[in-house]
Amino acid sequence: MSVAEKIPVVTIPSPKRPVRRNGRWAGYWHLLWARLLELKREPEVVFWVFVFPLLLAAGLGIAFRNKPVQAAPVAIVSGAAADRAEALLQRSPRHASFKIDVLDESAARKGFRLGKYDLVIQPDLAGGLRYLYDPARPESVLARAEVDDALQAAAGRKDVVATSEITSSEPGSRYIDFLIPGLLGMNLMNSGMWGVGFALVDMRQRKLLKRFVGTPMRRGDFLAALLSSRLVLMIMEIGLLLSLGVIFFHMKVLGSIFTIVLLGSIGALCFGGVGLLTASRAQKIESVSGLMNLVMMPMWIFSGVFFSYERFPAMAQPLIKALPLTALNDALRASILEGTPLVHQWPRLLVMALWGGISFVLALRWFRWT
Amino acid sequence: MATAIQCRDLRKTYDGKVEAVRGLNLEIQTGECFGLLGPNGAGKTTTIEILEGLLEPTSGEVSILGHSWRENERELREWLGISLQETRLSEKLSVRETVGLFASFYREPRSTDDVLEEMQLTEKADAWVGKLSGGQRQRLAVATALVSNPKILFLDEPTTGLDPQSRRQLWDIIGEFQGAGGTVLLTTHYMDEAERLCDRLAIVDYGQIIAEGTPADLIERLGGHHVVEFAISGNSDSAALEIWQELPSVESVREEDGMVGLSVREPHLTIPALLDAIDKQGHQLEHLTTRQASLEDVFVRLTGRHLREE
Repeated sequence: MSVAEKIPVVTIPSPKRPVRRNGRWAGYWHLLWARLLELKREPEVVFWVFVFPLLLAAGLGIAFRNKPVQAAPVAIVSGAAADRAEALLQRSPRHASFKIDVLDESAARKGFRLGKYDLVIQPDLAGGLRYLYDPARPESVLARAEVDDALQAAAGRKDVVATSEITSSEPGSRYIDFLIPGLLGMNLMNSGMWGVGFALVDMRQRKLLKRFVGTPMRRGDFLAALLSSRLVLMIMEIGLLLSLGVIFFHMKVLGSIFTIVLLGSIGALCFGGVGLLTASRAQKIESVSGLMNLVMMPMWIFSGVFFSYERFPAMAQPLIKALPLTALNDALRASILEGTPLVHQWPRLLVMALWGGISFVLALRWFRWT
Repeated sequence: MATAIQCRDLRKTYDGKVEAVRGLNLEIQTGECFGLLGPNGAGKTTTIEILEGLLEPTSGEVSILGHSWRENERELREWLGISLQETRLSEKLSVRETVGLFASFYREPRSTDDVLEEMQLTEKADAWVGKLSGGQRQRLAVATALVSNPKILFLDEPTTGLDPQSRRQLWDIIGEFQGAGGTVLLTTHYMDEAERLCDRLAIVDYGQIIAEGTPADLIERLGGHHVVEFAISGNSDSAALEIWQELPSVESVREEDGMVGLSVREPHLTIPALLDAIDKQGHQLEHLTTRQASLEDVFVRLTGRHLREE
């Protein structure tokens, strides 16, 4: 064969970039990174996971904040005895705690009905005073007691028992202190269930799971990346809510950050597992939405997010305590508000571990990739 | 030449009732572009998904590059590139991120940038998937398959719903892959696509192969490379069809919507005789065309139906 014939056959290797080699964990890291990018680019996620709980906490915190004691509005029906009653109250050392208006009877009653006055004082025919108050309104009951006390003392009653007072409104026992750990728990449940369950069914519906299974992707890595993305978000969720509590409501966090994050991780993984199970077979977003709400509804009500579950009958208590959100809320409250160490919380950790672990195992068995 | 894909007596029954695939045999050589052609619901997708190892057959054997799915799934996955009929990739990831993600699943993937360049997606590399046109999305789907540097490429209806220019772009890409030594298995219900791309093809209907061969073979088997179609005034009843069969060089006759179609070997012999015959019957010729026979004619001949019919 001559050289001339050979030349056209020789192909110059195309300047392809060298083949790269992927390590064992390349798939996992790419899946995790892709998931976080997607979450970051989804404005709804940012709202529901971060902004919504903050708004909720701020709103409830402001509504139920501890108000400084306000002067009780009291109406005195004008008449001869009115001046005497007003003078007595003004003379009382506690006069600053009443706001007194003198007006005619119909105006006084109307104001009382509308909640403008807590108490109406009406001189009666016998020269005494008559209180008009509503026993169902705590502030009305309180105003009656206070006014009566002030009037009797000013008129010369002698106290027979010596008493003294100390006031207490320490951070740690207010409603906002109860609320923030509960919101944190609820948020970990909501975003865990939705973040895992919704994402999976969405990918199944889009045939993306099937496409992934058509590659050598390790299925365990895929699920691990999905759960890991929850952990990253969980740290941000905890940071945001606790900062809100500390900065705006002067909440005191007694437990260590490490303990709280560890509890958060266990909670996030637990609900990630429950979310995985809920979404293990559903083909449509609509069907998984219903299932999710069905699973979460009892916990929103019973697990002590907004109010203590002690209000439910004693019979229901063991069941309520077996719910994973109850365990998470109790554990978070004990850690944040009382600084209880983890070792004393093992029953709660066990509840969460069982829920998460059993769900995860069942989910793997039933999981439908296509 | 080695066998790339082989299956024997493949059957798939859904829920014990619907027989999607009913005893299907295939043997595809390496370096070949093989097409499964058939109407919707013929069992093409079920067949290709069984071959891709995504569906378990009810019975039958599958061997890919000499390996079975049961024993060598992980290895096989490294060697195959697949594009499903309908995958909606994440809309909020960019084109480069998407291809990079798929590349990360393989031990030795190709460079993402090379693949994007080949797919003419370099300009769109940083655009979100949600912003792509249909043609670009389909090229991206093929890019996620090619980034693995596959030996076999599976494409399930790769050009359905695409505009003519995007289709031609994809055809070029498939041609290049095959030119570099790759094996391609594709499904389609487009005749022109099958004729243009496939070295060999199998026509599938009701879960079975009803004809197999090169496009030219199949047309040859029709018994004539040409089709003469005409319409005449007045009604031509079914008895009249026999008359046309008698004309010189006519292989077969069919009638549809008042048009008579003749499969013809040599039109220059048939047409004068046809005109004479019409004249003798006292009818008027209202329409006359001749064209090359296509796979559509093969399909109609074999099944009595058109490919695009549901």
